[in-house]
Amino acid sequence: MKYAFSFLAVIALVLIAGLGSQIPGMPYLFGVALPYLAIMIFLGGCVYRVVQWGKSPVPFPIQTTCGQGKSLDFIKHNKLEAPNTTAEVVARMFLEVVTFRSLFRNTKSEIHDGPQVTYESSKWLWIFALIFHYSFLVIVVRHMRLFLDPVPVWISWLELGDGLFQVGAPTWYMTDIGLLAGCALLFSRRLITRHVRFISLMNDYFPLVLIFAIALTGILMRYFLRTDIDIVNIKQLAVGLVTFSPTIGAEIGAIFYIHLFLVCALLAYFPFSKLMHFAGVFMSPTRNMKNDSRAKRHINPWNPRIIPHSYAGYEDEFREFMVDAGIPVEKELAPKKDEE
Amino acid sequence: MSVPKLEQLSKSVVQGPSLATGAIPTTDWMDVPVVFKPGNYAYPAKSEKVAYLDSQSGLHFPNSREWSPEDEDWKLPEDWKEIILKGLKERLEKFRSLKIFMDCCVRCGACADKCHFFLGTGDPKNMPVMRAELLRSVYRNDFTLAGKILGKMAGAREMTASVLKEWFMYSYQCTECRRCSVFCPYGIDTAEVTMMLRELLHLVGVGINWILEPASNSNRTGNHMGLQPHTFKDNVEFLVDDVEALTGVKPNISFNRKGAEVLFITPSADVFAEPGLYTAMGYLTLFEAIGLDYTWSTYASEGGNFGLFTNNETMKKLNAKMYAEAKRLGVKYIIGGECGHMWRVIHQYMDTMNGPADFLEKPVSSITGTVFENAASTKMVHISEFTADLIKHGKLKFDKSRNSHVKATYHDSCNTARAMGLLDEPRYILDHVVDWVEMPENTIREQTFCCGSGTGLNTDEIMELRMRSGLPRANAVKYVQEKHDVNMLSCVCAIDRATLTSLMNYWNPGVDVCGVTELVANALVLEGENRGDLTEGLRTML
Repeated sequence: MKYAFSFLAVIALVLIAGLGSQIPGMPYLFGVALPYLAIMIFLGGCVYRVVQWGKSPVPFPIQTTCGQGKSLDFIKHNKLEAPNTTAEVVARMFLEVVTFRSLFRNTKSEIHDGPQVTYESSKWLWIFALIFHYSFLVIVVRHMRLFLDPVPVWISWLELGDGLFQVGAPTWYMTDIGLLAGCALLFSRRLITRHVRFISLMNDYFPLVLIFAIALTGILMRYFLRTDIDIVNIKQLAVGLVTFSPTIGAEIGAIFYIHLFLVCALLAYFPFSKLMHFAGVFMSPTRNMKNDSRAKRHINPWNPRIIPHSYAGYEDEFREFMVDAGIPVEKELAPKKDEE
Repeated sequence: MSVPKLEQLSKSVVQGPSLATGAIPTTDWMDVPVVFKPGNYAYPAKSEKVAYLDSQSGLHFPNSREWSPEDEDWKLPEDWKEIILKGLKERLEKFRSLKIFMDCCVRCGACADKCHFFLGTGDPKNMPVMRAELLRSVYRNDFTLAGKILGKMAGAREMTASVLKEWFMYSYQCTECRRCSVFCPYGIDTAEVTMMLRELLHLVGVGINWILEPASNSNRTGNHMGLQPHTFKDNVEFLVDDVEALTGVKPNISFNRKGAEVLFITPSADVFAEPGLYTAMGYLTLFEAIGLDYTWSTYASEGGNFGLFTNNETMKKLNAKMYAEAKRLGVKYIIGGECGHMWRVIHQYMDTMNGPADFLEKPVSSITGTVFENAASTKMVHISEFTADLIKHGKLKFDKSRNSHVKATYHDSCNTARAMGLLDEPRYILDHVVDWVEMPENTIREQTFCCGSGTGLNTDEIMELRMRSGLPRANAVKYVQEKHDVNMLSCVCAIDRATLTSLMNYWNPGVDVCGVTELVANALVLEGENRGDLTEGLRTML
């Protein structure tokens, strides 16, 4: 039922914005006040979370090596999987963040009669994740045209590329389909793959439903309800928001306020959720540390003073045995007292 | 504890009702309490061992008592809940890894079927993500805004005695092998989570004997086995005699000798029981062949470190003996024997905890002149690095046919593979001394499977669990046994030598287990040797 709650929550958000924005005077709340509030929560929240993480030290070098470390000259060092320099770490992190390399490695294990354990490459999650994240990224970048005046030429190029197939009018963007599909695929995967369904929480379903709804309302606006909205007014509002002089000209359709309110909800939800993985991935010690921990000393700021059970104490306990066995000692045995 | 028959377990792992085999649990995991029964838990630590550790400076092991996991009442301290939550807060402030790993998981499930415990038991709580959720749910409840407001809906739950029992069950069904961290898109390392869970449990006096007894032995006598100095020396001398009887060459050895060039430290299991004994005979033979100026120590007679499986304070205290002894004896550097978790401690913790080792010199092989730049700061070299370098420089003479009775494969131990990147040195050595083949690619190198009994879980009372969790490893060995007639599973880990032996006897009879250095010594041509026909190498009975 966890996914059902997610739908209910998103439907509630849609109703709030759809109805609320139609009340006179309320467009300013939904078009100006809430966006400012949401962006403040988003920025403040993200900074707060990253600072909170940063406050805790990394006491030990706990890099996960996924390849041969640097050792002898004739042993080939895997620079990406067991990085030894900052540049190599940067390369490892870059590929992790940009191509999701760890997910690319994914395998599916099964146990068959015998027993026989089998492993096969399983790239579905990797593909779904790529579709989802890259569509999202391109869409966010494309939206910059609303906030920038004049529109930079590279945004137009991006749009041109995104609409390369020139299907429909206005031209359908691949990423619009990609984001919807990405959400749907990731959501279905949660329901269908049994172990993923078992671990999924409402926190996992909700963002997918929310982002799906954002994409859907955006698509409705662009392709189907164009007559209900006034793009000039929207651009005026958007430019106004970033120049801190927001104005809402003529009436803008409810669908726009629903879209915008859902985005605000996502922004405000973001810092308090697992979506912070976008920042956390950069700070994960198993990935961002060098594998040079025997060559250079890593400092633990809270290194406690703990000394070993001393050699002297050890020898005191076992001296007699040690002398008997001919093991060298620091202190000889006390001369035996003459028997009286 | 009785272990099910092979046929029975073979069926059970495939067909038994489990998430791994297709049965979908109908109850929310939070509503399923753990049930302890003989065979599914390791025995709790003996009261006197806990009390002894607690009496040592720098260590904190409160609430020593007799208790049983099967009892309803675990005799926890009155304020156990505050202790746990305070301990968690403190650890969140001390370990960035813990904070990141608590916050970033998206529950994508990539880790789920990467865990040997999950594959072998099918218990959903053995998916690495779930193991972390056991802690994360409490973290959400007490340390996050969403959890405080939304409670169970946001996956939060209150810390209760039942949760604590669940922690005990599942933090001791994880061997901290880090295989899941290879596949996690954020590098979330369940070993960190398990280590934190175990640390927290020790705060209220919950630990297992198979870890704390060796740890206290190691503190007092210098090694996990509890061998006192004269016994340790005797054991090594027996091995010297064996080598002499087999090869005609008597290795020259010394103990606690000041002024030696090298201090040699290896897990005490190597001088204690088969098949580790043969690996130790291998070290003796190898060092004799090159005339290394080295000494053993009875005070620092343990390479392994069960503190790693306990808490960071114990790890530091036990590890500190290595440098203390190296300093006292005035050696130039340290060579470490074959061991997995020992090398995780040396590679990732030792220098930080007990360095800087400025009283030692940057390791230089006196035989080849090679400078070990990769160990410039810790001043500790792995035996496989040392041996590979000797081979490269042509300092060892081999007769590979002396290993003709062996068809080997190689098991990467979890820690040397994923916490060090020591993958190709042992392979380079094997190429020169024995005929060997690799196991399937998803089970070797950084994707290697744990023996199933690491982190102090190689105790007999949980044998069924061990055979289950060792199944993925055993199955890969079986593949090469059937396809290539492999009869020897080589490795560079003392725990492996013990645990894989039980595992092979159960799943793949006919496959023996050995250390890489044993195979080196088998093939080694010694100066002045007088060697009979050793049909089984160092294992030949005379």
